[in-house]
Amino acid sequence: MDLPLIEFQKVTKRFSEHAVLDQVDLKIYEGQVTTIIGKSGTGKSVLLKHIIGLMTPDEGVILFRGQPLQKMSRSERNRYFSQISYMFQNNALFDSMTVFENIALPLRQTTDLSQKAIEEKVRARMEQTELTEAADKYPSELSGGMQKRVALSRALVTDPQMILFDEPTTGQDVIRRNAILSMIAQYQRKFGFTAVLISHDVPDVFFISNRILALSEGRIIFQGTPEEFEGFEHPFMDEFVQSIEGLQEHLTGIQSKRQFKVRNQMGLSRKRPQESYVVALFTLEDFDQLCEHLGHTRGQEVLNALGAYINKHFGGVGGFSARQSKNQFATFLPFSDLNEAERVLKDFARDLQKEGLDAIQAKAEVPRELCFEFPILAGVAQGEAGGEQIDHVFQEAQLRQKEIARVLCERRR
Amino acid sequence: MNGQTSFTSPFVYLGRKALTLVSEMGAMALFLIRGFSMIFRPRQLPVIIQHVYYIGARSATIVMLVGLFTGMVLGLQLFHTLVKFGSAGVLGSAVALSLIRELGPVLTAIMITARAGSSMAAEIGIQRISEQIDALHTMRIDPLRYLVSPRIAASVISFPLLTALFDLIGILGGYISGVVLLGLNDGTYFYRVQSSVEMADIVGGFVKSVVFAVIVSTLCCFQGFFTHTRTDSYGAKAVGLSTTSAVVLSCVLILVADYVVTSFFL
Repeated sequence: MDLPLIEFQKVTKRFSEHAVLDQVDLKIYEGQVTTIIGKSGTGKSVLLKHIIGLMTPDEGVILFRGQPLQKMSRSERNRYFSQISYMFQNNALFDSMTVFENIALPLRQTTDLSQKAIEEKVRARMEQTELTEAADKYPSELSGGMQKRVALSRALVTDPQMILFDEPTTGQDVIRRNAILSMIAQYQRKFGFTAVLISHDVPDVFFISNRILALSEGRIIFQGTPEEFEGFEHPFMDEFVQSIEGLQEHLTGIQSKRQFKVRNQMGLSRKRPQESYVVALFTLEDFDQLCEHLGHTRGQEVLNALGAYINKHFGGVGGFSARQSKNQFATFLPFSDLNEAERVLKDFARDLQKEGLDAIQAKAEVPRELCFEFPILAGVAQGEAGGEQIDHVFQEAQLRQKEIARVLCERRR
Repeated sequence: MNGQTSFTSPFVYLGRKALTLVSEMGAMALFLIRGFSMIFRPRQLPVIIQHVYYIGARSATIVMLVGLFTGMVLGLQLFHTLVKFGSAGVLGSAVALSLIRELGPVLTAIMITARAGSSMAAEIGIQRISEQIDALHTMRIDPLRYLVSPRIAASVISFPLLTALFDLIGILGGYISGVVLLGLNDGTYFYRVQSSVEMADIVGGFVKSVVFAVIVSTLCCFQGFFTHTRTDSYGAKAVGLSTTSAVVLSCVLILVADYVVTSFFL
């Protein structure tokens, strides 16, 4: 693997006698979204504060592109810190400054840009984060979600190479939580920065993360992909399983990925060898553009409504669904074969095109003038109990995906 | 052993207090040096002007009001005292010298401490506990440069100007009570003011006001800046206590410094 952007080697930090970070080893790679998970008070924020230089380790080394921070010259350290932005858990906005002034502050104080250039840059960021109308408001006049967006805009305005997000979704409802995560993912792709997040939003945060770091009792107990994390065996996992199992009311209102996995494993174990089952995979295509057009909150509302619609339709034939990735849903049909599933899918596609998409957009309160055309793709694949791995069936369903419905703005108008 | 402990404990306590005091004074001196050295960095002027407005312009009304009544009370008291000695004619000298040498700089500094010093401590304290100062660090903005230096500079500019205003209005107050209300000759009053006040008196008063400006701004900013290190309280309560400490210590140090500076000039 490449040289890590940030590497901790045996980093220890003590407060009085208590070691908050205990011999921590970790790697953060460039251009990725890395999420740090762990219980409250396990030192996640302390870890981030070491990266940004607000704290220094008592023992151990922090490396930036292989170079120890402690051995950097003053100018090298300044260059390093100038590449990082930090988004605080409580936003840390300047409450006596307006939104515009908050976002402009780092540019005014650390660059030689002209007043006009600063204004243009700040206005552009405010537009991208849907804050244009709040420019002259004070943070106390904004909702929690808007304050987050101001903090995000301020973090983005200096075009950093790395942004550290300390629990960016705390205190938000499920739609806004996913909207913030989706916004982070979108900007991460758009601007190419390295993102490091602290989040409790399992599994929502997995959909946008490339790597997961699990911190428990001051130590890193897991480093790897979200998929690898799902197979991770550790007592720590049990606590997270509990939270994951309780996710029915989360974004889509349908089952979590883990519940889905457990249920389809149970379904398969009850089947006789060679008995068939079907997997259907649905994709809301152009989801990022949709979010950009409608705003992240409304984009998540559309996704939410689509998930509920799929679940309702396929629940009638014994199917159960789960969100599979950021913009994908999977439905497991334990009692169907391919022919039957294709027939059900055809009915579903007809209903979706005829009234479903309108209902979804109405539920998400998408104004007619903001209508955005996007397609829904779907594919089904059949598997057999005792046959090939279910993952292969998913892959086949993915390959078979084709457009089944599309929002037509002309019709809405 | 116990007897020994109870015997030595007051000394241990005093020693600990003395060490804390020395260490805090050292920290404050470094704080002042760093804060002062950053006044002339780029991008400071607009922020300094902003603080001159808050510390100076917005304190003008209260300073004028206090100056007026101080002058009036002085005029009233001194007139009745001087009449007993048949020297009512020197009322102008007595009022002007008292105000320019002592009361002007001291009362102005105390008034600004109450109005602007407390707000400096509270504002910086709140910024500390709400992580706004940490946010400045992460944006590579030195909090001392951005928050403290402009306040020190603005205080050094505002204190002498407000002191001059206080003196002027105070002399006018003395005129109102001595001349308008008690019937002293107005020519005598102003002649005495003009003849008795020397440049050294005015310079002395201004030196005092600059010294007070440095003391008040440094102390108030220091108390707010290190609110989070208080061991007696946390959060909003710590901000409250920091503000109280800032005001009380500033007032005490103003009087101590007044004595020290006066002893140099006399």
